[in-house]
Amino acid sequence: MAHIQLPEGLPGIRGAMAFRPATARPLNDLVEILLHAPNSLTPAERELIATYVSSENDCYYCQTIHGAVAAASLNGDEALVKQVKHDFHNAAISEKLKTLLVIAGKVQRGGKHVTTEDVTAALAQGATDIEIHDTVLIAAAFCMFNRYVDGLATIQPRDEAMYRERGKWIARDGYVNVSKEYLPAEVAR
Amino acid sequence: MPHIKLPEGFAGISSGFVYRPETAKPMRELAHVLLHEPSTLTPAERELIATYVSTQNDCYFCQTSHASAAAAHLANDWGLVEQVKHNYERAPVSEKLKALLTIAGKVQQGGKHVTSEDVAKAREQGATDLEIHDTVLIAAAFCMFNRYVDGLATWQPEDPEMYAKMGQHLATEGYLAPSIKA
Repeated sequence: MAHIQLPEGLPGIRGAMAFRPATARPLNDLVEILLHAPNSLTPAERELIATYVSSENDCYYCQTIHGAVAAASLNGDEALVKQVKHDFHNAAISEKLKTLLVIAGKVQRGGKHVTTEDVTAALAQGATDIEIHDTVLIAAAFCMFNRYVDGLATIQPRDEAMYRERGKWIARDGYVNVSKEYLPAEVAR
Repeated sequence: MPHIKLPEGFAGISSGFVYRPETAKPMRELAHVLLHEPSTLTPAERELIATYVSTQNDCYFCQTSHASAAAAHLANDWGLVEQVKHNYERAPVSEKLKALLTIAGKVQQGGKHVTSEDVAKAREQGATDLEIHDTVLIAAAFCMFNRYVDGLATWQPEDPEMYAKMGQHLATEGYLAPSIKA
């Protein structure tokens, strides 16, 4: 049971967002820009960063839904998503993404863990300043989202098919569009 | 030196905000709703929660700027702000705020640390569901803001006058518009 009375039938962050539409709007706007809007990092790369951080924070809902969005952006390659979560150094991803995941993992533990060497390694693999910026902010933002979802003890059903379907939907339409399902029209815009 | 080339002369989060206005906008809006817009928690109470979490995360810029905002709301009672940062259990704040600070401290460690007992205790002191929600989200949001500011190794000057001015601006104007320039 959630720590506070959240609207029923809305798992994970959706219940919390429906409870407080005034904060839901900027939260959805932020995740839309970071993960879905055009970017030199692909949606799959950004979703993998979000999934990895959520996995390190042990947030079931976030790692499963963002893992599903990542898989949907990777032609359904759920095995790759799993490997990034558990051992990204040996996953079939670019060296650049590996260096960004290292930075994201440091941010998850605390901002001061990121070193000049971590950043130099990413730059050497072709990462740009804005890609490093966005990696830091995605990791930081998921330290917020994960704590929001677990700190309220939201309902997080163990229903892989549900996450898989929503993952496809979010990958296609983005976060702001999907939020219209559970937010009042005047807030969801 | 910051990890990436951020605009010079802007301190802490302002440099990230100027560098990437697209993400700055929702981050400013979130802080504004959580800390500045009307709420049954006073602005001082909410700034104290933000200050406490930023202190636990050891983020100099955030704890100093939000401590300044809290002090501005509290007729410059810096002693109280310092006490909340270091030992809120013994600070002259309400039992309700103490219960909310306990929840915020748990969220800082990780969402799963918050227990039903923590929440029950806050309720016994009169906290509403919305106040508990906002406490959890303020604490979670500062786990983002703090990591953003330190993860980019932003410039964080030790200039009491700058933070005092910033705190005054945040306390009166809120978070939508920039509070400091170079």
